[in-house]
Amino acid sequence: MKTMGIVFSNIHDRELGELAAKRTLASVPFGGRYRLIDFPLSNMVNSGISKVGIITKSNYQSLMDHVGSGKHWDLSRKNGGLMILPPFGEEMNGLYNSRFEALKNITHFLKRSEEAYVVMSDCDCICNADFADIVRRHVEHNADITVVYRNKDIRPDKERTVLDIDKDGRVTKVSVSNKMSGVKSVYTNICVMNRLFLLNILENSAELGYKSFSKDVLGKGCKNYHICAYEYKGYFASIDSMANYFKHSLELLDKQKRDSLFNSDGANIYTKVRDSAPCRLEDTSIVQNSLIADGCVIEGTVINSILFRGVKVAKGAVVKDSIVFQESEIAQNSRLNCVIADKQVRILENRELSGHATHPYYIAKNVVI
Amino acid sequence: MKKKKCIAMLLAGGQGTRLYALTSRVAKPAVSFGAKYRIIDFPLSNCANSNIDTVGVLTQYQPLILNEYIGNGEPWDLDRSYGGVHTLPPYQAKKGGEWYKGTANAIYQNLHFLNEFDSEHVLILSGDHIYKMDYSKMLAEHEANNADCTIAVIDVPNEEASRFGILDFAEDKRIISFEEKPKKPKSNHASMGIYIFKKDVLVSELVADEKNPDSSNDFGKNIIPTLLKKKMNVYAYGFSGYWKDVGTVTSLWEANMDLLGENPLINLNDPNFKIYSRNRPLPPSHIGASGRVLNSIMTTGCEVEGTVINSVLGEGVVIEEGALVKNSVVMRGTTVGKNARLNYAMVDEHCVIGENCILGDETSDKNNITLIGGGVKLKKGVKLKAGEIVEGEE
Repeated sequence: MKTMGIVFSNIHDRELGELAAKRTLASVPFGGRYRLIDFPLSNMVNSGISKVGIITKSNYQSLMDHVGSGKHWDLSRKNGGLMILPPFGEEMNGLYNSRFEALKNITHFLKRSEEAYVVMSDCDCICNADFADIVRRHVEHNADITVVYRNKDIRPDKERTVLDIDKDGRVTKVSVSNKMSGVKSVYTNICVMNRLFLLNILENSAELGYKSFSKDVLGKGCKNYHICAYEYKGYFASIDSMANYFKHSLELLDKQKRDSLFNSDGANIYTKVRDSAPCRLEDTSIVQNSLIADGCVIEGTVINSILFRGVKVAKGAVVKDSIVFQESEIAQNSRLNCVIADKQVRILENRELSGHATHPYYIAKNVVI
Repeated sequence: MKKKKCIAMLLAGGQGTRLYALTSRVAKPAVSFGAKYRIIDFPLSNCANSNIDTVGVLTQYQPLILNEYIGNGEPWDLDRSYGGVHTLPPYQAKKGGEWYKGTANAIYQNLHFLNEFDSEHVLILSGDHIYKMDYSKMLAEHEANNADCTIAVIDVPNEEASRFGILDFAEDKRIISFEEKPKKPKSNHASMGIYIFKKDVLVSELVADEKNPDSSNDFGKNIIPTLLKKKMNVYAYGFSGYWKDVGTVTSLWEANMDLLGENPLINLNDPNFKIYSRNRPLPPSHIGASGRVLNSIMTTGCEVEGTVINSVLGEGVVIEEGALVKNSVVMRGTTVGKNARLNYAMVDEHCVIGENCILGDETSDKNNITLIGGGVKLKKGVKLKAGEIVEGEE
């Protein structure tokens, strides 16, 4: 079953604030050595997909630097492989503003392809899912669209897409609202479609009156199309705020969650390899319940934290409940508590910085404090 | 095709018998080192850092893991459309075929490879040492001297000189004499076993050497002495810096320990001279609430709930609660069970050390390392003395 992948790299950029101010959401660092894009890319590759288009909109330099030719995901291929799909100015009269417009933008790419099925994922679908199994179900049920959902206890805090599913696993109603609560079947923004079906919708969107993917294609469409639901039961996180980013990051200190995300059924998450030396913990170090990437040198104390590659924690420094991105340095006797320090931050001696679990203190890239 | 200036031939067929259990399944160059590396990463990374993009790797003993590890050479940037890394095992031809008899014979049997690339110079390397060296500087000197052959030389302590090939050179670095493992060394200038030859000189010397039935077809014993006898231009290239033979259990253990401390003897974290390796895509290491790690290094995918002191942990190593790992090297994929104790131990890849096992005793030291071969599964409570060896699976 030939399948291609589409990843949306900019969805939710705005909600993440400063973390995505100078990068796409796709290139936001996560889990001590990864970028968010690594998860959908690895899932696709682990599912046998060898052609992936990444839809970009703005600020995608860091993304291109990270993915390069795609070779770290085995996506540097003669046929297919990795393709960056930047905006197509002329046709759209400017940048797209919705998922549906973004898809219209890549009509040519979809037309030129020959795969029967398309898997679509947002870049912040942090999970280890077997897309091949979803496609298998999609084909078995002869569906037009298969949407992936998870059962989740939600509160009326933000807009969500919730599915009503009948006993045959068919989606009968799609609600997009910020007022729902209780245990619901929440759409993950991962779906499988027949490529020709998708093209047909995109090319006839004016007549159909479609402007939004979830409200129109799924919402209105579930009356006419055969939309199947597929439940994903493994670890899943999506990032839509700084607090949420902080929470989901530190969740990985839990071994079960870590195993479910990084080693589900032997499927690993790939990322760009940087060839740092092993991490070194000195005589004076105290490290507890923390994830430490290669290249780190630790002389101080690190508790309940995540250190990306090449972080230095000097003697007497204490890093607690914090996330420190690559090549940042914490000097002697400084204390960090609920802090997210971006890349190459320098915290000089005797500084005290503190946020709160729901409001982590964020330090921008290259800042010296 | 445009000629290459210099290609490398890496001798990687050695068994490494003095590493005992560590080389029952792999050739010496494939032995794990420094948490995330294998010995061969050093010469391969040196090539990558010296603009040498064509490397023939001569394999013979237990080549499977080595072949798989090298693969297409991508980690060392040696996946090239013209050049790149090639593994060269002994082969059968119409006229017959034979195992590599000596270092020179191994290259001789691959003259077709040298002729195919027809480079001006050929760099001969071995996979037995941990060191960082920019071969392009040596090549520049070799060319400036218009040398037929240049030998890399390092000064060793006088008392160790008789273990090496010792040479003597004039002020202009021209080599006057060379003796393989002399009883009474004339100097402390030791050959590092790294040679650059003019390709044409190398080819004609190898052909001549092959015709000599008395020759043991070895660079140190035969080729170099012959060049000197013929008064050809043989020069020394002086190297100073970290260079460590890892051919014995003790020296391999020492080299691992050299990576510890605030100022390790060899810096693996230089962004301008990276040491590359092929690793599994694992998440960062997790040190648990009960974990304690002092003066140690580790790489990705480790889970530490026990205590680790003065040790080196490879990829995906698990140290369970209550375990104590001290002065030890634990290689990739190995699990050390609850309350097990390791002191001066080296545990090869993918072993399981059962709960309450005790490896090493009060007489343990670097000359009495307890050695566990690859894939060994020790049952609960096994006790092994200092210097004891458990052979791995073949």
